[in-house]
Amino acid sequence: MRKLLRSPKIVIGLCLSGAFVVLAIVGPLVAPYSPNASSSTTSGTPMPPSAAHWLGTTQVQQDVLSQLLAGGRSTILVSLVAGAVATVLAVLFGVSAGYLGGYGDDLLSMVANVFLVLPALPLLIVIFGFIGRGANPNDVLIGAIIAITGWAFGARQLRAQTLSMRARDFVDSARIIGERKWRIMAFEILPNLVPVVATSFLFTVIYGVGTYTALSFLGVISLSHWSWGTMLYWAQNAQAAQQVRLEWWWFVPPGLAVGLFGTGLALLNFGIDEYVNPRLRAAGLTGRRARRAGLPRRPRLGLTAVLPAGVTAAAAAAAAGRPAAAMDGGAVSAVSATAGGVIPGSAVAGPPVTDPVLPDEVQQ
Amino acid sequence: MTTTAVARTGEAGTGAPILEARGLTKHFPVHKARLGATRSVVHAVEDVTLALPASAITAVVGESGSGKSTLARLFAQLITPTSGTVLLDGKAVTGRERRRYARQVQLVLQDPFSSLNPVHSVRYHLARPLQVHGLASDLDDDILALLERVSLTPADQFAVKFPHELSGGQRQRVAIARALAVRPRVLLADEPVSMLDVSIRLGILNLLAGLREQEGLTILYVTHDIASARYLADVIAVMYAGQIIESGPATRVTDSPSHPYTQLLLSAAPDPDRAEPPSLLGRGAPPNLIRPPSGCRFHPRCPHAMAVCTDGTPPAFDLGTGHFSSCWLHAQGLTSAQSRPLAGAGRGTGAAPGGAAGGADSAAGGGIRGAGGKHRAAGGAADGGKPITDGRTAPPPRPGPAGPGEEKR
Ligand code: SF4
Repeated sequence: MRKLLRSPKIVIGLCLSGAFVVLAIVGPLVAPYSPNASSSTTSGTPMPPSAAHWLGTTQVQQDVLSQLLAGGRSTILVSLVAGAVATVLAVLFGVSAGYLGGYGDDLLSMVANVFLVLPALPLLIVIFGFIGRGANPNDVLIGAIIAITGWAFGARQLRAQTLSMRARDFVDSARIIGERKWRIMAFEILPNLVPVVATSFLFTVIYGVGTYTALSFLGVISLSHWSWGTMLYWAQNAQAAQQVRLEWWWFVPPGLAVGLFGTGLALLNFGIDEYVNPRLRAAGLTGRRARRAGLPRRPRLGLTAVLPAGVTAAAAAAAAGRPAAAMDGGAVSAVSATAGGVIPGSAVAGPPVTDPVLPDEVQQ
Repeated sequence: MTTTAVARTGEAGTGAPILEARGLTKHFPVHKARLGATRSVVHAVEDVTLALPASAITAVVGESGSGKSTLARLFAQLITPTSGTVLLDGKAVTGRERRRYARQVQLVLQDPFSSLNPVHSVRYHLARPLQVHGLASDLDDDILALLERVSLTPADQFAVKFPHELSGGQRQRVAIARALAVRPRVLLADEPVSMLDVSIRLGILNLLAGLREQEGLTILYVTHDIASARYLADVIAVMYAGQIIESGPATRVTDSPSHPYTQLLLSAAPDPDRAEPPSLLGRGAPPNLIRPPSGCRFHPRCPHAMAVCTDGTPPAFDLGTGHFSSCWLHAQGLTSAQSRPLAGAGRGTGAAPGGAAGGADSAAGGGIRGAGGKHRAAGGAADGGKPITDGRTAPPPRPGPAGPGEEKR
């Protein structure tokens, strides 16, 4: 755990995403105004930042900061719920498909593949169309629905990792002493997949932010329900970016918030990936530091080390929708494969990684 | 037709066998068959019959790829046989009673670096079998007692450690303690020392010997190292290409090996501290197990191969005192056409083919003796002047009535 905190990526990622979560919790309480309150009903021109309105106002003189804080709670809650639900689904499908094998695997994999190829945004638009847009939709429900389209990728990854775990001797040993199947999956295999599960969770949270923002921006979700997406919708509606006087205070804050939150999560993700696969870390170190850390020297091949993490994250967040998340996931597993020269299976905490092999002591 | 060999207790061990394999066969599919294509399989274990005598150590010796680990896993019911049965106390074991079977038969795997789960403590590893089978009266006491049994002291300090804090030998002791936790009657050990430092191997082997001695545990010891098998085991069964080709009391098999492959193995492995499996590549590679050689699977490498060796699988010939050998050299009454040496056989040994012909040409009554003598001569020649059998060893006694040499099922 302490080793984890030594990685700058993890520290920055944790601070960034942590700050957003704190804001989501306390934000609406400290917000100076109600997000719907108009401070003036006469002026139709957005006001730039001022002492009364730190982030200025919208066209109808609503406080942008208050909207940002209120919208942040909804956006972050939806994305965390989406991440959690999708991760639970991914674990259930992925681990049992990988461990059970045979027809069970075929069936579960087929379900996952169907969900993987379903076009996410159109499907969600249809679903939300059915549900109807109540004036005040439930964030938890929105998150759960988004999760339906976001779990399949994680399930496939977990299935692959479970397949490689299943061949490990400690799984056989557990079978030899008579452990039940569900116990082997839950207590022998799953604890070793924690980094993969964490990665899968972070990806789906990023996916959730992007998807929810996109859905609100498109007006699929009630426009009176404040989120960063609806803020962008109203700004776009008022053509804030096309005015002679660029009304940046209106659309930059929500956009930046989406980008920064995504960046924080992505940094965390990369940090975990490096922790799990030390060869990735070695790719980013100078030779001297790598030697000092006792790592083999490797040429710089890793995308992680070369690409500024923010770029990828912003791309993922901006290009809302699953394709982005899926592409990101692909990139990371490609990193594991190229930088380490190893199969993606090695992205799992295993003896070569977490427990350095001790020299054999002579036994008495 | 079958190449079975029954390990009967010779000097050690008495009574009915606890665990028995009858005609065990395991074929692994090479890859998923496409529709209509015939499935190719690896013949990992082929028709093996082996009985583990109670309270004795039976060693299964073979090169890597000989199917010995597969055999251990079949015995442990980790994999289901393609055909054949495993019998526990004379009753066939079905896959449904996993837990009951686990109470009786435990397997220790080869690699202690992967057989313990890195996320769990030693305590967890030992607690689970006790909990699964409801055996713990006082969990903590039982765990400490187990650790003491495998000489991991001070036990309370080892109990809280994680696998990565232990050395290989210590891990293997934890793995053995875990297997002992259910108080099994049979312990299967799949190359328990091959991944360990030479200096700590003896400690593990002595631990196994002590368990047999003090607690009457029945042990199957799988190894590539015939010298350690001789050191530890009461009975040795030698495997080649998925079949048991020779079996018998350990001293008999190692002092007077009757199968050309066993002789080769002994000549190649004089050193008990050898780290690597003996390389026999100089005398030809182990056979392709997808399309194994016809007849005796050893015939492409055998210096004594005869015509009969290519078309018939040699049955297990009884050489007396529980010593069996699946080699046509022990057959009586082969015709001279059958015993004609194969072209190319005996490369490097020169004298062997003549010996083979001579031995087999002699009348039916002399067949075995002739063959036995030829083994010795050939063995001496094959290993390049390092005699593996000394003159003191008497040739194997004649089998009793002709005919019972066939396998015992
Ligand atoms: S003599 Fe024939 S049966 Fe005996 S080992 Fe050689 S090839 Fe096999």
